Amino acid sequence: MKLAACVRNVVKQYELDGETVRALRGVSLEVPEGDYVAIMGTSGSGKSTLLNLLGCLDRPSSGTIFLGEEDVSKVNDDRLSEIRASRIGFVFQSYNLIQQLTVLENIEVPLFYQGRVTAKDRERCRELAMMVGLEKRLGHRPTQLSGGQQQRVAIARSLVNDPFFILADEPTGNLDSATTEEILQLLQSLNNQGKTIIMVTHEPDVGCRTKRIVRLRDGLICSDERLTGKNVTAADVAAMLMQVE
Amino acid sequence: MSFVWLRTWQLGVKSLLLHPLRSALTVLGIFIGVASVIWLLAIGEGISRKAQEQIESLGADNIIIRSIKPPSEVTEAVTGVVPYGVTRDDFERISQTIPTVKKAIPIRELRRRFGFYGRLVDGRLVGCTPEYAEIMRLEVDRGHFITDADLAGNKNHCVLAFEVAAKLFPYEDPIGRAVHVEESYYVVVGVMKSRNPTAGIGGSLAAQDFSSDVYVPVSTLWKRIGDQIFTRRSGSYESEILELSQVTVRVDDVKNVMATSDLIRETLSRSHRLDDFAIVVPLELLEQARTTRLMFILFMGLIAAISLIVGGIGIMNIMLATVTERTREIGIRRALGAKRRDIVRQFLVETVVLSVVGGMTGILGGLTCGPVFSVVRNSLESFMPEVMEQLPDIMRAVTPVTVPWSIPLAFGISVTIGVVFGIYPAQRAATMDPIEALRHE
Repeated sequence: MKLAACVRNVVKQYELDGETVRALRGVSLEVPEGDYVAIMGTSGSGKSTLLNLLGCLDRPSSGTIFLGEEDVSKVNDDRLSEIRASRIGFVFQSYNLIQQLTVLENIEVPLFYQGRVTAKDRERCRELAMMVGLEKRLGHRPTQLSGGQQQRVAIARSLVNDPFFILADEPTGNLDSATTEEILQLLQSLNNQGKTIIMVTHEPDVGCRTKRIVRLRDGLICSDERLTGKNVTAADVAAMLMQVE
Repeated sequence: MSFVWLRTWQLGVKSLLLHPLRSALTVLGIFIGVASVIWLLAIGEGISRKAQEQIESLGADNIIIRSIKPPSEVTEAVTGVVPYGVTRDDFERISQTIPTVKKAIPIRELRRRFGFYGRLVDGRLVGCTPEYAEIMRLEVDRGHFITDADLAGNKNHCVLAFEVAAKLFPYEDPIGRAVHVEESYYVVVGVMKSRNPTAGIGGSLAAQDFSSDVYVPVSTLWKRIGDQIFTRRSGSYESEILELSQVTVRVDDVKNVMATSDLIRETLSRSHRLDDFAIVVPLELLEQARTTRLMFILFMGLIAAISLIVGGIGIMNIMLATVTERTREIGIRRALGAKRRDIVRQFLVETVVLSVVGGMTGILGGLTCGPVFSVVRNSLESFMPEVMEQLPDIMRAVTPVTVPWSIPLAFGISVTIGVVFGIYPAQRAATMDPIEALRHE
């Protein structure tokens, strides 16, 4: 099976007020294409650091990260930007849409930074907006949309460049339970279509909807469990988390 | 590439329109700077043109030799009346011996009171030759100026300045009437058109007001009044002997002017022991005026440059605030694949848009210089005439002349300001860590 992402012995440390903080202390992880992974852990466990590395926002201190065929652990800043523009789809907790752009323009942004938006691309943006159910709001600005609608725009945006994987950082953190359900169903259907999703969350009832839970603790992976085939509930996941503590 | 630029421009305009007041105020800074560059240059140009015009009205190929009364300390030592000034011999010598002199005009001026049937006007009696009108750029209104026949025949003919004619002859036609000057009568043969006074130039040439002049043939003046003049002053008599007040020399070619003036100085200094004449060379003044103009433009430019720098700092200030405020947006853009240079471009485009809009409106504002200037001057004249009177002549008379090259200059400066003052904020935006920027609230 082809790997969407492959992380090997990644260490990330940085200086903070003269002290060396070791955020990741040797993490290895393989994410095959089509997987749906939840990265869980308490704050300070290193899950955000891992997400930043996977999202090519940062480079590891040592170790390698492969996205597809390319080792991204040592490339320069411009190349990282290109990879982000062409192969990674971000979904953030606070949606992170650009306020002065319309829905359609927001979806286009990654294509814009690839340096081309053709009529065909624009058609694709329209289709994506339709897919997330916002075809009537193409000309609206983010402030005119509800939280759930904004997150749908963000999801459409993350798909526009046909990424290796969607990187979702607490995508339901700011949403009420009904909207959370909608978004999770949307992600579920994307995964069913074969999209790889890596999601950081600390909510058990969100984590239990994925195929696989990777738990981080003190910069190390402490468990990596597949949920497929099992009937896992939020309570089970919560129990798992407690057990690790 | 062009697509990216086009979209960046659109985006820049959009972002600026998110804060219309803030953007407008920033633009105002550049507007004032650019408009002031154009205004200052236009006023500077107006002033220097005016000065140049005045000097040129003296004639660039002319040399003016004025008689100067020596200081009293020098003359007191000698008993009796000391003759001073340029003499008829000097005049003959200059006009006959210097080959580059095309024409020389003797002029004798006196203060006199002119009368006609009880109406009196104080003015200047000018003894001159027919060429005087041409050289002083006087135009005939009615009748004719003094003729060669008048001069040769020592005729008692006179020509009045327009204002004098209006005062002496409010109801009659002056032509053919006799004006009374001291003990003689002069028949009016012509009236001149009104002429603006020339400005004085430095200390060497007093301002000339032609409005109270009465012109007579210089030969008649010599005959009837003579060289010796008595002036009654507070109970005592003062007398002076002066043959010519001025000799205006026209040189055959402008390039010979300087050499000729040196020659005249040499010729005259041989026979003049007292320092009783001055040579004014309009050409020399013209050169001086050019230097003065250059200085003026430099000085004005300095002031304008300061105001532009202030405008630029305004842009930089607002952009730094904008960058901080839009840290989150920068983080999002970086996460979605913007390279550092994309961010630099985005913010640089915004500053350039601000400064170019400021520059364009500033140019429009600068072009209003002429009309605004005259409106202000007119309203000052009608509401505060006493203030206007205190202004120097040149300020009252000047019309700003927009210098054509100041427009591209102002535009270029505004773009440069946008780029120069935009680079630092843009760099700052681009070097932000995307992770930090995304976390920014």
